[in-house]
Amino acid sequence: MKGLPLAYIVRNLWVRRVTTVLTALGMALVVYVFATVLMMSEGIRATLVATGQADNVIVLRKGAGAEINSAVARDQAGIIETLPGIASDTLGRTMVSREPVVLINLPKRGNGKPSNVTVRGTSEIGGELRPQVRISEGRMFRPGTSEIVAGSAVAAGFQGVGLGQTLRFAGRDWLVVGIVDAGRSGFDSELWGDGEQMLQAFRRNAFSTVVLRLADVDGFERIRKALEDDPRLSLEAKPERVFYAEQSEALATFIRLLGTALAVIFSIGAVVGAMITMFAAVAARTAEIGTLRALGFRRRAVLLAFLGESLLLAALGGVLGLAGASAMQAVDISTTNFQTFAELAFRFVLTPSIALQSMAFALAMGIVGGFVPAWRAARLEIAECLRAA
Amino acid sequence: MSTDPVPPLIRIRGLSKGYRRGGQVIPVLLDLDMDVATGEFVALMGPSGSGKSTLLNLIAGIDKPSAGTIEIGGVDIAELSEGELADWRAANVGFVFQFYNLLPVLSAQDNVALPLLLTSLSSRERAERARVVLRLVGLSDRADHMPNELSGGQQQRVAIARALVSDPLLIVADEPTGDLDRVTGEEILGLLERLVVEMGKTIVMVTHDPKAAAHARRLVHLEKGVLVDEVGA
Repeated sequence: MKGLPLAYIVRNLWVRRVTTVLTALGMALVVYVFATVLMMSEGIRATLVATGQADNVIVLRKGAGAEINSAVARDQAGIIETLPGIASDTLGRTMVSREPVVLINLPKRGNGKPSNVTVRGTSEIGGELRPQVRISEGRMFRPGTSEIVAGSAVAAGFQGVGLGQTLRFAGRDWLVVGIVDAGRSGFDSELWGDGEQMLQAFRRNAFSTVVLRLADVDGFERIRKALEDDPRLSLEAKPERVFYAEQSEALATFIRLLGTALAVIFSIGAVVGAMITMFAAVAARTAEIGTLRALGFRRRAVLLAFLGESLLLAALGGVLGLAGASAMQAVDISTTNFQTFAELAFRFVLTPSIALQSMAFALAMGIVGGFVPAWRAARLEIAECLRAA
Repeated sequence: MSTDPVPPLIRIRGLSKGYRRGGQVIPVLLDLDMDVATGEFVALMGPSGSGKSTLLNLIAGIDKPSAGTIEIGGVDIAELSEGELADWRAANVGFVFQFYNLLPVLSAQDNVALPLLLTSLSSRERAERARVVLRLVGLSDRADHMPNELSGGQQQRVAIARALVSDPLLIVADEPTGDLDRVTGEEILGLLERLVVEMGKTIVMVTHDPKAAAHARRLVHLEKGVLVDEVGA
């Protein structure tokens, strides 16, 4: 079957360019919302997944789900340290970090509203277990002191968390001696101090989690089995990557579902807009349709020409929307992760898959909005079209 | 006609056409017989509602008869399916309309080349043929102009070039001078006459203007769906 050239489709959009651009902007807005939400969801996931290391294992109380409601007693931590298959660092120390994790309230910069911040008690080995965490200003806290270091997102997002400033919590004053850059991982949203000091200050006698480094990446099953087979321990072990991916799942899924639902509702407006534009185009070009058909172009050629216009319109909207959304990659935002109850800073992340999904969404709007007008154009009778001239 | 050794290009027998309005069928053409020989220039005349445009549409294959046969070049087009009819029109009929019906977004040359998109010609061949035909209608220098940059007479000449470009058997023209002033109309009619005389084309033209009809070799009057008289020129 012979069809009409692309130039014909493009020029018809060009001659009514104001309408074209306005209609495309309507679609662009929807694509923008759709893409931004997926980018947000992906950003949360990427941040938390980057938090985990491939060969790290996190041990929590069985069924704890999050660090904040997990507890590992001192004697249990002792048993874990004796398990075989744990890596040693260059100084020959077993790479295990016993960590209390507590939430405190700090006022946010800007609006001063309090929000939860994760405080992690750790150790030098805890630092070695997270090589993505680097000191960007100041220095690391010294063991046995009330010194803390702040993740870059905490330093930027909360009041009083600057280098050299003092924070008061757990009945003590804590001096911020360093700012760490955790490479856009969840640790950017934490405060770190000495583990034993934190236990004392918070009057706890159990750690929250124990993090260890596997000597061999494939050794996880052995460690897991050893832990779960030991009747003295009621603990579970997870690869750190898996654990953090789970931490992101609820929030990322919630945002994705809510956002997709919103985008779909908005899209009804954009689709109706496209439909009105295309119906107007069909009405304005009735004689032209009759002429094309008289010259021998088939109904399908007319259908495809109008559908092509609608799809091109949608593609334009998709590109504009994605361009807007990709600009969001420069924006840092934070929100409370309702799985950990703590503030998490992250970035919008645009992946090729999100770009593809957004374009597919735009084109779907184009098809839905363009098909009925195009169908009607194709169904018109030639003689009636020509009489309408 | 029966003694003519050459069969007519158009042979219409028992042609009827009615339109359904509500529950009633309103007859437009009634049991009409008509022949048109190759190389004829026929003017269809008649008052509004006489059925002349309907007859033209039926001959051009853009409408279907209620009864009867329309043989054109030996093919009964009443029997063709919609798709076959589209291909038949593309190959055999050139259209000239009252309001030119050029596509506003295409240049004069692209408008002329439009019917060739339905052929297997390459884009170079299409452009070349469009140029040749534009030269024929005296618009070589306007090839790249858009329709809205051309006068009415020029637009109609582009439309005639479009009707000629696929070298059809038959050209149908519906009030081709209806939107033009007297002088320009005469030029267009002169051009149509040349197509008949110099290129041997067959033209069926609907008009209500006796002066326009005078350019045709044969006048056919329709009244209330029947042929009332014929005047051979």
